[in-house]
Amino acid sequence: MSDKNDIDQFLNSDGLDTAREQEIGQHIGYRYDVNLVPDLDRLTPYLKEYMTVMGWQDLNWLEDVHLGYEEGRAAVFDRNINGWVQVPDSIALPDNQQDRDMIARELLLKFQMSERHPLIQLKKAYKKF
Amino acid sequence: MATLDDKHKSYGMGMHTEQLKGRSLSTFFSVDEESSNFTYPDAFQVDIDKKTELDVKDMEATEINLKVRALMKEGYGHIVIKNPLAKHSLCVGILNRLKLEFEGSLGYFGCGLIDGPNITVKGRVGWSCAENMMSGTLVVEKNAGSTFGAAIRGGDLVCKGDVGSRTGIDQKGGTIIVGGNTGAFSGFMMQRGRMIVLGDAGINLGDSMYDGTIFIGGKIASCGVDAVPGEMTDIEAQWMERKLALYGMKAPNGVSKMQKIVAGKQLWNYDNLEPHEKKIVL
Repeated sequence: MSDKNDIDQFLNSDGLDTAREQEIGQHIGYRYDVNLVPDLDRLTPYLKEYMTVMGWQDLNWLEDVHLGYEEGRAAVFDRNINGWVQVPDSIALPDNQQDRDMIARELLLKFQMSERHPLIQLKKAYKKF
Repeated sequence: MATLDDKHKSYGMGMHTEQLKGRSLSTFFSVDEESSNFTYPDAFQVDIDKKTELDVKDMEATEINLKVRALMKEGYGHIVIKNPLAKHSLCVGILNRLKLEFEGSLGYFGCGLIDGPNITVKGRVGWSCAENMMSGTLVVEKNAGSTFGAAIRGGDLVCKGDVGSRTGIDQKGGTIIVGGNTGAFSGFMMQRGRMIVLGDAGINLGDSMYDGTIFIGGKIASCGVDAVPGEMTDIEAQWMERKLALYGMKAPNGVSKMQKIVAGKQLWNYDNLEPHEKKIVL
């Protein structure tokens, strides 16, 4: 994570700050603070319901989900497809990382639980049992 | 320091001409049109209030794992395993919402690759418990062996007793909580996630960690390469207190007295350093 405090750093620039980053054309390190723990006061209704269904009293694995930035757009990383899911333009980004992270968690959940998630097709093709 | 002229070796390697962009896979997905499903589409639909018991005394690991899967298919959402007898590789690969209880101890690689279940082990666990865990909770009431939570990616992994060495090796997410002491090289090559140890930590804590956070309540024998003390924030202290309370645990001297260890991040540029420079940095 860059030391810069500008929350839109990776939306407004390519994030290549150091000479080494410019040399390799790639940002070094994560594009967000992976160590930021969630503020449960900012949970969305959808996330609260998910926690109830799963029998969890906090966000569990979603604690490690944050809003990141890919190719200049807000996105969330989906570990199940090893790729980024971009946030639609219709969703306005809040001005703080905690609320942005909650949006990322909700978006990722809806994507992973969708019938159109790529993992569904992969399982149909390769599932062994 | 190298400059950005077109004679640099990185141009010859194609690092500037070979575009990494434009390789995205487009999948059409509408947030509004999808149903509010809270489980994977192909997950078993289980009822958490539907309980059954399974005595595995005379069963092999494969047979046990298949039986658990069959029970989930029948809709059982609460399974109690009796007489696990420290057998290896029990209940691996459960990608489902499930309440699972072991009335006894597990051997090596117990409950690996799980994604979703809430598990309680009333005994001990052997090496590599919850290896590659993705989500859910796993609580071990007694002690655990080495490489507890190896390569864990998400969820809460709790051992109320002591654990062996290399706890959370290659940890990529999730939370590991240890009520007692942890052995040498805990958090080795940790990349992200959180580790809370209420007791002491062995030598080389957090060696070569890239990112993530380690909290230690007792003494640290020594920190490993690129593991350095950090400053705890208010939100981290609140988070830790709440997380420990979930499992009936408490920091002996309060969470504010715990030591926080983070990555020094000198390794982030390791590919840019010559071997002798690495020695200077580290």
